[in-house]
Amino acid sequence: MIDWIVQPWPWYVAGIFIGLTVPALLLLGNKTFGISSSLRHICAACIPTKIPFFNYDWKKESWNLYFVVGTLIGGFVAAQFLSNPDDMVIADATRAHLQQHGVIDFAGMLPSDIFSWDALLSVRGFIFTVVGGFLVGFGTRYAGGCTSGHAIMGLSNLQWPSLVATCCFMLGGILMTWFGIPFLLSL
Amino acid sequence: MTKHSDQMVETGTACVNESAVVKPWYSNLKYLVVGMIFGIVFVKAEIISWFRIQEMFRFESFHMYGVIGTAVVVGMISVQIIKARKAKSIEGEAIVIHDKEFSKGQIYGGLIFGLGWAITGACPGPLFAQIGAGFTVVIVTFLSAVLGTWVYGKYRDKLPH
Repeated sequence: MIDWIVQPWPWYVAGIFIGLTVPALLLLGNKTFGISSSLRHICAACIPTKIPFFNYDWKKESWNLYFVVGTLIGGFVAAQFLSNPDDMVIADATRAHLQQHGVIDFAGMLPSDIFSWDALLSVRGFIFTVVGGFLVGFGTRYAGGCTSGHAIMGLSNLQWPSLVATCCFMLGGILMTWFGIPFLLSL
Repeated sequence: MTKHSDQMVETGTACVNESAVVKPWYSNLKYLVVGMIFGIVFVKAEIISWFRIQEMFRFESFHMYGVIGTAVVVGMISVQIIKARKAKSIEGEAIVIHDKEFSKGQIYGGLIFGLGWAITGACPGPLFAQIGAGFTVVIVTFLSAVLGTWVYGKYRDKLPH
């Protein structure tokens, strides 16, 4: 039992759990799944401003903040108590490609030579953490949702604008991965 | 529709979950629990891994496609059942799912988010799980994402939608 929990979980287990989040939130309180909205609520709550986009009663949306705090706690619980002792298994082709472009650390879920406090001070680390984060926050709000709100919730509800958004997420990601990342890794 | 539906269209999707009934704060704890399960799954299925996202965008692993595909199918079946049965929430509220309105933002914003997703290896959900899992430098990524959201809100009127 413990063995099974400690091993990395297969895609279908994760997919079923994530898919069930949609009805769980609807049935628990008529909430539609979406995570990037939390970033907007944090802006509304923490940065006092007269910008109309942030001028609403965020407290009525506080369930969303409970959810993301839960996600953070869940990450902690999984890493502390259910963690896989072995190195990650990465597809050979991906590993070879990244190695060729100078990635050194393949042990954890994130390469520490790119994502760490030390690396943050380098141009490369700055772009991967700070610029990347900015694009995620700006892009998701501009698109009106992220992978959860559009790709999972929106597609579940057969919304064609969400299909457009999901295709654009993928296209942006593919373009960056194939043409941008080799360059960014060389910095 | 009530008055807030106008504001909803005006400001995007912020107010869709607003309930008519005021509930005590602890009624939100159930969302914390759902979020926790979600976070555990994110770590255990390695969805928070930068490498898994690289594999996905390079078409070198099926894992993430399997995760997202299964989630969409399970979500779709669930939503159709909920709609067909006109189910109510456990608090007795009718379940209403608002339609997403198309705007060009889904194209421009979608592409921009895609660029960021490939760089950081994380969409907003995994950012929280990564921080919880001990990747503390991701706090910087998260704050930068909050800033990105704020900048969008500030210049929203000037952007094509």
